[in-house]
Amino acid sequence: MTETLAFVMDMLVHATPLIVAGLAVAIAFRAGIWNIGADGQLIAGATAAAWIGVSTSTEIGWLALPLALIAGAIAGGAWAAIAAWLRSRFGVLEVISTIMLNFIAIYGVSYLVRGPLQEPTHVYPQTSSIVTGAHMPTLVAGTRLHWGFVIALVLAVTAWWVMRYSAAGFRIRASGANPFAARSAGLINVSRVTSVAFIVSGAIAGIAGAIEVSGVTFALYENISPGYGYTAIAVALLAGLNPLGVIGTGILFGALETAAGTMQRNIGVPATTASVIEAVVILAVIAVAQLRVHRATSVA
Amino acid sequence: MPPIASVCRGLLSRHQQVSDDVSDVALQLASITKRFGRVAALSSAAFLARRGTVHALLGENGAGKTTLMRIAFGMLRPDSGSISVNGVGQSFASPADAIDAGIGMVHQHFTLVPAMTVTENIALGGRGIFRPTRTRDAISALAEKTGLAIDPDARIEDLSAGAQQRVEILKALARDTRILILDEPTAVLTPLEARELLRKTRELISDGRTAILITHKIRDALEFADDITVLRRGTTVWTGSASNATEAGLVSAMLGGESALDDSDAHSGAIVSNGAVVMSLRNVSVRDEIDVERLSSVTLSIHAGEIVGIAAVEGNGQRELLRVLAGRVGATVGEVTIPPVVGFIPEDRQRDALIRDFTVRDNVALLGAGARNGVMPWSDIRADARELLHDYDVRASGDTVRAGTLSGGNQQKLVVGREIEGSHTALVAENPSRGLDVQAAAAIRVRIRAARTAGMAVVIYSPDLDEVLALADRVVVLCAGKASEAPMEYEAIGRAMLGLSGR
Repeated sequence: MTETLAFVMDMLVHATPLIVAGLAVAIAFRAGIWNIGADGQLIAGATAAAWIGVSTSTEIGWLALPLALIAGAIAGGAWAAIAAWLRSRFGVLEVISTIMLNFIAIYGVSYLVRGPLQEPTHVYPQTSSIVTGAHMPTLVAGTRLHWGFVIALVLAVTAWWVMRYSAAGFRIRASGANPFAARSAGLINVSRVTSVAFIVSGAIAGIAGAIEVSGVTFALYENISPGYGYTAIAVALLAGLNPLGVIGTGILFGALETAAGTMQRNIGVPATTASVIEAVVILAVIAVAQLRVHRATSVA
Repeated sequence: MPPIASVCRGLLSRHQQVSDDVSDVALQLASITKRFGRVAALSSAAFLARRGTVHALLGENGAGKTTLMRIAFGMLRPDSGSISVNGVGQSFASPADAIDAGIGMVHQHFTLVPAMTVTENIALGGRGIFRPTRTRDAISALAEKTGLAIDPDARIEDLSAGAQQRVEILKALARDTRILILDEPTAVLTPLEARELLRKTRELISDGRTAILITHKIRDALEFADDITVLRRGTTVWTGSASNATEAGLVSAMLGGESALDDSDAHSGAIVSNGAVVMSLRNVSVRDEIDVERLSSVTLSIHAGEIVGIAAVEGNGQRELLRVLAGRVGATVGEVTIPPVVGFIPEDRQRDALIRDFTVRDNVALLGAGARNGVMPWSDIRADARELLHDYDVRASGDTVRAGTLSGGNQQKLVVGREIEGSHTALVAENPSRGLDVQAAAAIRVRIRAARTAGMAVVIYSPDLDEVLALADRVVVLCAGKASEAPMEYEAIGRAMLGLSGR
C-alpha cells in the first residue's frame, strides 16, 4: 500500500514539469507558433530560479520562493522573446530558432555551473543548494510531492479558462486557426497576438523550470531537463492542445517515466522501454490525426 | 443565350465543313463538362484547333480556359466529353499520355529549377539515362531551328523572365511536340518580350505544328492568332477565324452580351441616391510592398442607399480599392474617410472571411474580436449566431457545427449576414458570388440589394460585368489603377475596362 502511494506521488512529481511545459506548448501551438523550444525556455527559467535561490539573503525567508518563480517566468519569456523577435522582425522560422536556442541554453548552463555559478568548492559542476526559503513546501508529508503540482493544476485551469472564455484567448485561437481571416474579418493584430502568445508560452515553460529547481533538485546542474520540453510536445499534442487534457496526458507520461525506473530496478526491464512506448503513442496520435484529416477532405 | 449559341454552332459546323478532311484537325474537344464539387467549371465546352495554326483561347478569369486545356493535356479528366488528336479519339490518364500523343503545355507559372542549368531542366522528367552532352547538343539544335535563342549551360536563376519562358517552350517542344499549349505565356513578360514571344510562336507553326494560346488579351489574339475561341462561364460562346472577329464583338462575347442573370428584380431600376456620403476617397494612391502603384489618385464618394459597382479587368487595382474602402489596407497617399466599421466580403471567403475549423458561433464571434476586451459574451454571441442563421437562411444543423462543413453558398450567406449585421452603414463586397451555383448567387444578390434598400452604402466588384450591371446603381471603372465613372452601358464599360475609351 505504501509502495503504491509512493509510486503515485513519484508519478505526480514527474508529471509536474510535463504538465506545465505541456501547457506552454499547447498555448503556442494554438496560436500557430511551432515552439519546439520549451526545453530551452524551461532551462532558462531553472537557471534564473537557481540564481535567485543561491544569491538572495536568507533574511527574506519564504519570499525567495515567489521571487524564484517570477524570475523563472521572466527568463523563460525572455528566451522565447528572442525567437518571437526573430520571427516578427526577420521572418525566421521559430521551429529552427527555438531548437537552436535549446542548445544555447543547454551549453549556457554547462558554462555557468563550471564558471560563475559553480558551488564554492569548485568540485562538482553544479550550483550550491538554494536557500531553504526558496524550497517549494511539501504537499504530502513523507513523500516528495510538492506544491508545484498544485501550481501546475491551477495554471492548467487558468489556461483553459483564458483560451475558452477571454477575448485574448479567442484572438490567440483565431490567429492560429486562420491568420488571414483573423486579420481580415476579425481585425486582429495577428503578429502582435502571436508574439505575445509565444512569450507567454516561454514564461510558462520558464515556470516549469523554476518549479523543478525549487521543488525537486534544489540546485542547478547540467541535464537539469531530461528533455522535458520535447516530451511536453507529445503531452500537448496527445491532449489535443486542450489545457485540461494536458493534466491527464502529463500524468500519463509521468507514470511511464516513473514506472520505467521501477521496472528496471525490480524486474530488469530496460528503462528505455518507456521511451519506446512514448514514441509509439506519439506515432499513433499523429496517425489518427492524419486519418481524420484524410477522411474529412475525402468526404468534401 | 440563343443568339450567341446559334452563332457558335454555326461557326463550329462551318469549321467542320472547312475541315471535312479529318487530317486538317489537330485537336478537337467535344462537349467537355467538368465539375469541381458543386461548381461546373466547364459545361459542354467545345474546341477545335486546325493543324498549322495559332489558335487563341480567350476568356475572362475563371471562364474555364485553363481547365479546358488541362483536360487536353491529361492533367484533369473530364466528367463527360471526348478528346481527339489528329482525328484519333484519346483518353488521357496523365500528362505522360498527352505528351506521347504529341501535346506539350507551358504553364502560367514557371516550373523550372532555378539552381539548375537549362540543359538539366529540360532533361528533367525525361526517360532513360541523362547524357549531358547529347542533350545539350539536341537543345542547341532545337533552339537554333526554332529561333528560341538560349545558352544551354546558363543557370535558370541568371536568366530574364523572357529567356525562362523560352526555356519552358523548349522544354515542351523537346519531346517532339506537335501541339503546343501556352497558358498566358506573356503574363510575366515585359511588353517587348511578350511581342517577341508571340512572333516566335507564329514561326513555330511554320512546319505544321499547332499552337494554342490561352489569353485574356483581345489584341494579342487578334494580332497573332489565326482562329479564336471564346469561353465564358465554362461554355464556348464564340469561335471563328480572327479575320472575322472584331474587338467589340470579342469583348461582348467574353463579358456576356446580355444578362444571363435570372434573379427577378435584376433591373428593377437604378436608384439615384441622395443619401449622405458614407465613404469617400480623395486623391488616394496605393503602392504595394514592391512599390508598384496599384491605385493612382482615386477620388470617389459612396452615398448611403446606393450600390456602386466596380468594373475592372483582373489586376487593375480593384483589390486595393476595395480593401482601402473596407479599411483593411491603408492608403499610401491621400485622404480616406470611412465609418469605423465597414462590412467586408472578401473574394476568398475560406481564406479571408471564415475559419473553417471554428464553429459557426465562433465565426460570428470573429466580428470585432480585434477590439474586444475582457470576457467573451458567449451567451449573446450564441443568440446572435442563431438569429443570423435564421434571418439569412443559412442551412446549418446548428450554431456549433464547423463552418467548413457548410456548402459554399451557406458559408457565403453566413459571411454576408455577419458583415451586414456588423456594420449597418457600409458594405464592401468583392466577387460575392464566386464559386456559387446560380441559386446561391441569386440569394446573395438579394441580400446585397436589401442592405442597400436599408440605407447602407454598398460597393461591389465582380469580374462578371453582367453581375455588376445587375446590382449597381452606378458604375466606376478601374483601369491601370485609375478610376472613372462610366455610363450604365455594356459596350462603354467594356471598352473603358480595356482602356479603349480614348479610341
